[in-house]
Amino acid sequence: MIQTDILIIGAGPCGLFTVFEAGLLKLRCHLIDALPQPGGQCAEIYPKKPIYDIPAYPSILAGELVDRLMEQAEPFKPGFTLGERAEQIEKDDEDQFIVTTNRGTQHRAPIIAIAGGLGCFEPRKPPVPNLADYEDRGVEYIIKDPEFYRDKQVVISGGGDSALDWTIFLAEGVASEVTLIHRRKEFRGHLDSVQKVMDLAAAGKIRLLTDAEVLEVHGDGELDSLTVKTKADGNQIIKADHWVPLFGLSPKLGPIADWNLNITKNAVEVDTFDYSTNVPGIYAIGDINTYPGKLKLILCGFHEATLMVQSAFKRIYPDKNLVLKYTTVNGVNGFEG
Amino acid sequence: MDNMIRVHVTDREGQVHELDAPTDMGMNMMELCKSAELPVEGTCGGMAMCASCHMYVESDHDLPEKSDDEEDMLDEAFFVEENSRLGCQIHLSDDLDGLKVKLAPVGN
Repeated sequence: MIQTDILIIGAGPCGLFTVFEAGLLKLRCHLIDALPQPGGQCAEIYPKKPIYDIPAYPSILAGELVDRLMEQAEPFKPGFTLGERAEQIEKDDEDQFIVTTNRGTQHRAPIIAIAGGLGCFEPRKPPVPNLADYEDRGVEYIIKDPEFYRDKQVVISGGGDSALDWTIFLAEGVASEVTLIHRRKEFRGHLDSVQKVMDLAAAGKIRLLTDAEVLEVHGDGELDSLTVKTKADGNQIIKADHWVPLFGLSPKLGPIADWNLNITKNAVEVDTFDYSTNVPGIYAIGDINTYPGKLKLILCGFHEATLMVQSAFKRIYPDKNLVLKYTTVNGVNGFEG
Repeated sequence: MDNMIRVHVTDREGQVHELDAPTDMGMNMMELCKSAELPVEGTCGGMAMCASCHMYVESDHDLPEKSDDEEDMLDEAFFVEENSRLGCQIHLSDDLDGLKVKLAPVGN
């Protein structure tokens, strides 16, 4: 069980800055994020895009902003549970929250700060009829262990790097047969990966279907074939032990929708006094919250995080007085280990 | 009215919404749909970096060619057709008066 003072759900810019502001009050933080790296949208969707509205930075790349926030948080030694989704929440008899992830990791804290942005990023699922019936019965959205596909007939859909890279990997002596299906002729991946896929197709080591898409999944309990539509040849049935659609990630509000919080239009309602939710001890900051006049801006999230930790401190230490101390006067005194 | 156009948006239930749109505020179709509370996500905020504002252009307005970024992102959309565009890449201007678009279906 991981114990901390403030358990932050979401390791985007707002969650990371919370670590710093909490640290100034000597509160420790631990972050949970469904993505395998910190940074949220900034790292996942647009790391190379400049942001122009961070005070004192006329321009900063989103990825660089994340790096700097990590550096700023570092003295306060935050813990991370990455690549896991915060799933269940319960209260124990000492008024602490226990949050369990989808992989069973347990965290305990008196305060929860939801800084979940747009929600957790999950694989985008193609709108194919009955697809859900075949999930984990031949349809997988992520390749966890390539050995799983040894000597199988595998169909991959998508046009990005993950589709290209896995096609190449599985074609080289892992799967018995690999088919790559893509909606157009051009691929958006790295040029050398695109070339390699073209070479494999020319050598007959993979089947490459472009201007094509999967329309239907078939099987008796387990996937055994797909209906594929191609511009050139119309519909055809392809044998498949596995279909791996790789269409990127999209954010979903996810399990926090079931945490008994007041939610309006996929956002958590908060009191702007301290960004508290309707559940005492749970706060929501950044893009995931809503209140009259809300703007989804990183700089607004920073402000929300700053006020929120003051309230969190008073909740944890009701008898202690809190005096605002300026970092310029006191410096930043991190934690040992 | 000056600097205003009217566009027609068909939602996923087939209902047509007539929206008055300003052309002097640097808006795009994704933002216009969101401001009218139509179900368009616009996850990335309009950078052609997600595909959550996928729509079909159903009138024969002369739109700028798709950029490589837009074409690439359409790979992550579903039901892509010849007239598929990302709403965030359709910038509202006076010559788009009468534009007709239809919101594309979304995945699960």
